[in-house]
Amino acid sequence: SVGRGGACTTSAPSLHITFSLSLSLSLSLSLSLSLSLSLSLAFCSQDIRNTVGNIPMEWYKDYPHIGYDLDGKKIFKPIRNKDELDEFLDKMENPDYWRTIHDKMTGTDVCLSDEQVDLVHRLQQGKFGDVNFNEYEPAIDFFSNEVMIHPVTNRPADKRSFIPSLIEKEKVGKLVHAIKMGWIKPRRPKETAPQYYDLWAKEDPNAILGRHKMHIPAPKMRLPGHEESYNPPPEYLLTDEERQVWEQQDPDERKLSFLPQKYLSLRAVPAFSRFIQERFERCLDLYLCPRQRKMRVNVNPEDLIPKLPRPRDLQPFPTLQSLVYHGHSSLIRSISISPSGQWLVSGSDDCTVRFWEVCTTRCLKTMEVGGPVKSVAWNPAPSISLVAVSYGENVILVNPGLGDRLICSATDQLISSYEEPEEVKDQQVQWAVPEGKAQEQGQRLILTHPKAVKQVSWHGRGDYLACVMPDDGSSLQVVIHQVSRRRTQNPFHRNKGAVQCVSFHPSRPYFLVATQRYVRVYNLIKQELTKKLMANCKWISSMAVHPGGDNVICGSYDCRLAWFDLDLSTKPYKVLRHHKKALRGVAYHKHYPLFASGSDDGTVIVCHGMVYNDLLQNPLIVPVKVLKGHIITHDLGVLDVAFHPTQPWVFSSGADGTVRLFT
Amino acid sequence: MGGLQKKKYESGSATNYISRNKARKKLSLSLADFRRLCILKGIYPHEPKHKKKVNKGSTAQRTFYLLKDIRFLMHEPIVGKFREYKIFVRKLRKAYGKAEWGTAEKLRGNKPGYKLDHIIKERYPTFIDALRDVDDALSMCFLFSTFPRTGKCHVQTIELCRRLSVEWMNYIITLRSLRKVFLSIKGIYYQAEVLGQIITWLVPYQFAHDHPTDVDYRVMATFTELYTTLLGFINFRLYQTLNLVYPPKLDGKGEEESRAESEEDYAMDSERYMEKLSALSASLVRVVSTAEAEEAELDHFPAEGEDGEKLAERLKARQDQDRQEKLFEGLKFFLNREVPRESLAFVLRCFGAQVSWDKSLCIGSTYDVTDETITHHVVDRPSLEKQYINRYYVQPQWVYDCVNARMLLPVEDYFVGVTLPPHLSPFVEEKEGDYVPPEKLKLLALQKGERPEQEEEEEEEDNDDSEEEEDEDQSDDEDELKGMEEKQALGKASSVKVTPGEAKPVNRQRAEQEAKAEEKRLAVMMMKKRDKYLYDKIMFGKKRSVREANKMSAKRKALDEASKANKKKKLKK
Repeated sequence: SVGRGGACTTSAPSLHITFSLSLSLSLSLSLSLSLSLSLSLAFCSQDIRNTVGNIPMEWYKDYPHIGYDLDGKKIFKPIRNKDELDEFLDKMENPDYWRTIHDKMTGTDVCLSDEQVDLVHRLQQGKFGDVNFNEYEPAIDFFSNEVMIHPVTNRPADKRSFIPSLIEKEKVGKLVHAIKMGWIKPRRPKETAPQYYDLWAKEDPNAILGRHKMHIPAPKMRLPGHEESYNPPPEYLLTDEERQVWEQQDPDERKLSFLPQKYLSLRAVPAFSRFIQERFERCLDLYLCPRQRKMRVNVNPEDLIPKLPRPRDLQPFPTLQSLVYHGHSSLIRSISISPSGQWLVSGSDDCTVRFWEVCTTRCLKTMEVGGPVKSVAWNPAPSISLVAVSYGENVILVNPGLGDRLICSATDQLISSYEEPEEVKDQQVQWAVPEGKAQEQGQRLILTHPKAVKQVSWHGRGDYLACVMPDDGSSLQVVIHQVSRRRTQNPFHRNKGAVQCVSFHPSRPYFLVATQRYVRVYNLIKQELTKKLMANCKWISSMAVHPGGDNVICGSYDCRLAWFDLDLSTKPYKVLRHHKKALRGVAYHKHYPLFASGSDDGTVIVCHGMVYNDLLQNPLIVPVKVLKGHIITHDLGVLDVAFHPTQPWVFSSGADGTVRLFT
Repeated sequence: MGGLQKKKYESGSATNYISRNKARKKLSLSLADFRRLCILKGIYPHEPKHKKKVNKGSTAQRTFYLLKDIRFLMHEPIVGKFREYKIFVRKLRKAYGKAEWGTAEKLRGNKPGYKLDHIIKERYPTFIDALRDVDDALSMCFLFSTFPRTGKCHVQTIELCRRLSVEWMNYIITLRSLRKVFLSIKGIYYQAEVLGQIITWLVPYQFAHDHPTDVDYRVMATFTELYTTLLGFINFRLYQTLNLVYPPKLDGKGEEESRAESEEDYAMDSERYMEKLSALSASLVRVVSTAEAEEAELDHFPAEGEDGEKLAERLKARQDQDRQEKLFEGLKFFLNREVPRESLAFVLRCFGAQVSWDKSLCIGSTYDVTDETITHHVVDRPSLEKQYINRYYVQPQWVYDCVNARMLLPVEDYFVGVTLPPHLSPFVEEKEGDYVPPEKLKLLALQKGERPEQEEEEEEEDNDDSEEEEDEDQSDDEDELKGMEEKQALGKASSVKVTPGEAKPVNRQRAEQEAKAEEKRLAVMMMKKRDKYLYDKIMFGKKRSVREANKMSAKRKALDEASKANKKKKLKK
């Protein structure tokens, strides 16, 4: 339903209809157009005016009256006796039924006249209610520009109409001031598109600002590889495991930022979901990443390798494993070669000492001793046939009885010719002569020490023998025996640190003592410390002195071999880190410029170590051969190395119970 | 002693750097404005060598800029414009708050703007500098031109980006300087050579973007602002060098021809120009009308110190390039409606082909499907109902592969419905020791002029033969082994025998090699510690690359074998 309210006065000859808001009558019309319209109508002819106003009429539902007239009397509802059936019959039979409306205000049925129906039609069409009203009448231009002789009004003109307005003046003044001050700017012409021109018309390549010399241009994006193709070769696709790994990885750790995929045709390729992100990341990189010029080292690795003389030119040196001496059942801690080079002695943890013929690998003699043998040393004097063997707290001097009989007998004589001096001094070491079976086996003297002896070392002449009893802080760690006089000396009142090994200088009266970290060189005649060599390693294991006497090498448990040039400095001339594991033994060759080191990694490395007589020239050290052969047992490989006195051969004893000869 | 006590952090590196916050305060800019300024001026942070010293003893994480850079920023007129804009926003907000619509309108009419011309000129003093940095600008413009016209950023920006990218493509077509194309899963990479600079850009596939939430579009918009300015000036200059009219105009003939069609269906009058330009089918108007003249033959001046070989090499490269530029010359292509039209039209036109498409697909089509002179029809659907006899129906990958191979590849592998050969990246240049996929080897052979296909088949046959032979060999070996075992069994029974030993042939070469290897090993042992470290690092890298290459080839081998087995099975069935 459409509600319409309007005020309009019209004069109809038969009916006087007034549309008003105050006097209203709502009609419900059911027209053939099926349009219902509620109108406010007042019927003046009957002059029944209900004064209740525009209220919902259902408020009077339960009362007998329907409102009040102008005099304040109740207007009673007409008696309605029509029921549904009557209504229906009325609808069927009454030809004016369609123009009959129910007036809610009075509760009566009103039959509209033709004029009224016409009026309703006109209103519905949006026309004026009055038929005669012409809405397009020509307008009369009262206030035209034509000056008429009779003015429309006779009112005198205002003063303000002929003097300039002060308010306007003030306003204009303000605007002018604002324009002058630049507060108001004229509206700029709108620029639709940016204007481009030849920006680099007058380019001057030298006119680069100072800042831009320092400027580092951003690196370009990495170009895509095969794996980024929409149809890559199949090997670039990730397998299931690789894909799982990729998915589990942190996005920063991934080698590829995307999963390679294969599509059968171009139409199957979807949009890349991270496209905008990647571009954004590039933007962030461009303005947030610090830039730095990195000098990439473009080195040919071959150039880094030092140019050394070829090993072939440095021959002879041992190259092949030629002989293996089987026999020991446990690891061999020490070996020693006779000065003639014909015999070899080895001491093992199976409590035996074996004597071998070098050329045939025959074990000529086996001697059992009362404990694992720590060290053996053949007397370097060619005229004496004596071997010092240390086990436990004892050191025995053995005459193996090999080789020249004259020498053997001379040696026996030398030992037996000892005469006890008149005054017997109290010694810390007891000298005893073995008897019985031991004597038969060749043992000539037994020296019993207060502590376990780890190493024995002969002086070059063959009369003095140094023994090491490592014990940190004790004053008795090194003793020197004189065999011919059966005398023992303790050269040091006090030892600094645990002594690892000792050695006599081959030509001068020097005595070298290696503690854990230092090698001290003592002058035995002057009885003073001449040098203290810093080995730069944690724990020295072995030491050897060059036959020339000016160079010393030290092997250490932290895989290093330090070469000292005594004339040069107390620091190592060179530190070699050739071995992978701890070094156990080092040795110099007597004649050839060779030295060897044996290590727990089962290898013996032979190096060429040429020492020049010219003092200005430093020693030349070139590794020439890595010899392998020993089997690593209990994490121990090679335990001792020794050179043949005349030939360029090297012997090595290992934890696998063999001695091997490399020639 | 005397003298003033030296205070810490008053000289040296501590005074050369400034933290971001301090820089911001010094310039009295908000963080967003500071960021914008850094983007526009190309200022980036620096990593000081001694961070703690610069940070005045603190180890907190800070971003540092060079103080010189910040001083340089202080003189920038744009900083003033930023402040003006800030004030404008404040005034506008005030006017709205007071409901002074007139003032607001007036203010909006006078919205302060700024130009980036001077910044471009300052950042890129020479044109070549600008060209060198145009990669990112192109990628960004191509991305922005695919954005929807609603939300995210201003419509004007998007339209400008589209215009600039179309201009760029038209320039590349006219210059014929496209070198490489690569269809990746991310988008299409193009590489062109402009004035000796290699320029690579990436264009996304034509799909709607799902806009991520973790992206700051303001940063992207600032970059785009800079890039559009840069690209506009570059385009202008490039068009000028080719004597083309800027903004580009379509060649008159083409325009008239195409106007004959009922093109009012596609675009409004205002849009038609842009649409037709972006159709990439017509050539552009030149300033000098004699532009059709061929390029002058280049005279060759051998550079000093350059020997004949190098000259020949250069000449050959030049010839190759010329040949590549005329790769599709004389061919007539028709694009079916499912292929990426813009990309294909661009690539084909860059190499001199004629290209057209269905009239209803896009504006600017020049001939119909029924044209008898069409040589290639680019199709990307499993099968085609109506086929013409005198043309090849190829999949789009053929075009791209031909461009990368610099020659017309055999079309058989790319027919409709055929499984495509892998699409390789043209940007990979394999060094020695890197993994080279077999397809690449095949391609290289093709480029050298060999016909590998038949050989390959033969090879396959050979392989089969050899395999069989191997089988036989194996069986032979087994026989021998059996015999040996029998003999051994016999030997156990019989008494010990001494057989004459056989002289082992000494492989001299091998021995020599071994000796050399050992020599090297020994020399490596004698290296200095520092050198050794570097050497180990280099060798580690080398070994890793070798390992990766081996892994790839093993993977490929396994895959090939699997596919072969599958084929055999099918054949047997």
